[in-house]
Amino acid sequence: MKTFFLMMAICSIVLAPGAEFAVAAAVDVPDTMAERVKPCVACHGSEGVAGKDSFYPRLAGKPKGYLFNQLRDFRDGRRYYRPMALLLENLSDEYLMEMASHFADLKQPYPPPEPASLTPGEAALARRLIENGDSARNIPACVECHGKALMGTPPFIPGLLGLPRMYMVAQFGAWRSGGLLRGRKADCMSEIGKQLTVEETNALAAWLSSRPVPERDFSVATLAAEMAQRCGDIVRSSAE
Amino acid sequence: MMKRGSLAVILTLVTVLAILLVLAGLDLSPGPADSTSMPPEEKTGTTAADSGSLRLRQERGRYLAQLANCMGCHTAQGGQPYAGGKELPTPFGTFITSNITPDKQTGIGNWNEQDFWKALHEGKSRDGRPLYPAFPYTEYTKISREDSDAIFSHLQSLAPVAQENPSGRIQFPYNFQPLLSLWRFIYFKPGVYQADSGQSGEWNRGAYLVQGLGHCSACHAERNPLGAVVGAAGGETLGGGQIMGSNWYAPSLTSSFEAGSAGWPLDEIARLLTTGVSLKAATSGPMADVVRQSLQHLTAEDARAMAVYLKSLPESAQPPPPPQAINEQGRAWLERGSAIYEKHCKDCHGSSGEGAPGIYPPLAGNRGVVMTPPVNAIRSILIGGYPPSTSGNPKPYGMPPFAQVLRDDEVAMVLSYIRTAWGNAASLVTRDQVDKSRVGLH
Repeated sequence: MKTFFLMMAICSIVLAPGAEFAVAAAVDVPDTMAERVKPCVACHGSEGVAGKDSFYPRLAGKPKGYLFNQLRDFRDGRRYYRPMALLLENLSDEYLMEMASHFADLKQPYPPPEPASLTPGEAALARRLIENGDSARNIPACVECHGKALMGTPPFIPGLLGLPRMYMVAQFGAWRSGGLLRGRKADCMSEIGKQLTVEETNALAAWLSSRPVPERDFSVATLAAEMAQRCGDIVRSSAE
Repeated sequence: MMKRGSLAVILTLVTVLAILLVLAGLDLSPGPADSTSMPPEEKTGTTAADSGSLRLRQERGRYLAQLANCMGCHTAQGGQPYAGGKELPTPFGTFITSNITPDKQTGIGNWNEQDFWKALHEGKSRDGRPLYPAFPYTEYTKISREDSDAIFSHLQSLAPVAQENPSGRIQFPYNFQPLLSLWRFIYFKPGVYQADSGQSGEWNRGAYLVQGLGHCSACHAERNPLGAVVGAAGGETLGGGQIMGSNWYAPSLTSSFEAGSAGWPLDEIARLLTTGVSLKAATSGPMADVVRQSLQHLTAEDARAMAVYLKSLPESAQPPPPPQAINEQGRAWLERGSAIYEKHCKDCHGSSGEGAPGIYPPLAGNRGVVMTPPVNAIRSILIGGYPPSTSGNPKPYGMPPFAQVLRDDEVAMVLSYIRTAWGNAASLVTRDQVDKSRVGLH
């Protein structure tokens, strides 16, 4: 019976008026997520490893919840970048989650670290902020959220190593000007970004981009309750 | 230059006429709020049967509101559904949509069925003010009273959202209200859809959906300099037009050279409407929005009814003039286009433009890419995008954006190649045309 209907369907296609619907041999398309995320790799590189320039960051291996939050925020205009909003505007949350999952699961080697161009004073400044923060200005240590190994705390907090220096400089600038997540209230990174000086963010970007990515795992920690509270909007905003 | 000149002349004439009419004592101004604008009566002692039928009506209203795509305009990007605040840019200024949740202060919590009907059917606000036709009452006027009431009962069942939206920024002279009243006098005639007794029930249902709730002619029709649909008096107006305030062209639904569906099987038309893709085409841009927000919710019967009606529309188009012969320079242009195609397009669309039907649209014989004007194809190459996630096609395949990858002349070359290869025979595309389409990409 099923075969009969299938035959009928095929016949009706072939016999369609003007034979306009007689379809020629088609391109063979794999039914995979890798095929479905091809539009991403035009800028973010094959397998999401590296962008076509520093401003298109790597996607492979980033935490799933983090990637999902970014995709949804781009689509809904909370993280402002028009080309991403246009690309994603008609996709469902479920589908964005599958895309996030796809890139999170990609295990790809990281690029070699960038050559360091820091004075000893700048390196010390960066390390102090990373390890201790600055309680006088209510700046937490980076490791508190981004993990001891600075490779993130799944599922929402991304790693800081293996990123291009220019990308981080640009992101810090956007945090400071409030332009990265315009529509979002009580955003902890924006508050922190506004406290940091340009000297500090430049030192941080240079130091972080010069560090090699650790061979293996990194991400066992969970977020401390205090930080989960402070960054509640990021942590709670996902369906995860 | 021509166009601007004639617009000024029309505006002057219309303004003079408006002043004369006002002087002659013709009342074009909004009347006082009438007695129908009372808050909804509190119902007491509702029986179980009443609440059951109310629920049914709300449920029906929910479906009808989806078909009318109320949410599409009355929801800002990432905003609360139906709370308004979306900006609609037009040549007359920017309109900002209103909050239609039942919040009493900022929404329509104080409206009743009659107020809502007056808005939909007559294009007047609760206080009698004439509304701008950016709200498509010119189409919604065809909606039946019963459907209007059902939509209203659905909207009233939503959780109220307190959200005050800024008022629109309408430019002079369009913000001069007598002019709007005059516009309505000339271009707008209220009237519910009247069934054509010579046609089937299915055809009439389709016509009602296309002309009324679906308000297809809001985009798929040419507009005059005053924003009125050309030839609006009476006949069907789906001859295609530039969408106001955007870089998209809504193709003609009555031309076999554009998006006319006379030659399509009904199932394929319904499939495109409800899933966003078909064997021959994939929706993109504003139409992808419409499928996601509205058409994917069509019942199978309603989708088929729309298809029956659309397929029946009489052919309106003359064949486009044959493109000019390609000279030496043009051939070099196409050769470079072919190399770009090889590198960036062939993987998905195939070496002969055959594509993968239902996944990657074929480009050979694709009316969307050979159409005049070429704006949609340019836009698709620049911004890429996915057809919508729909229940019939939840995980669509997509097109990469090339605005970041290709220069304007490269986009023009590759599209020129596509428009002239594999039996396609359309005009070449210039770099300037691509440059114009980049507006609004960042």
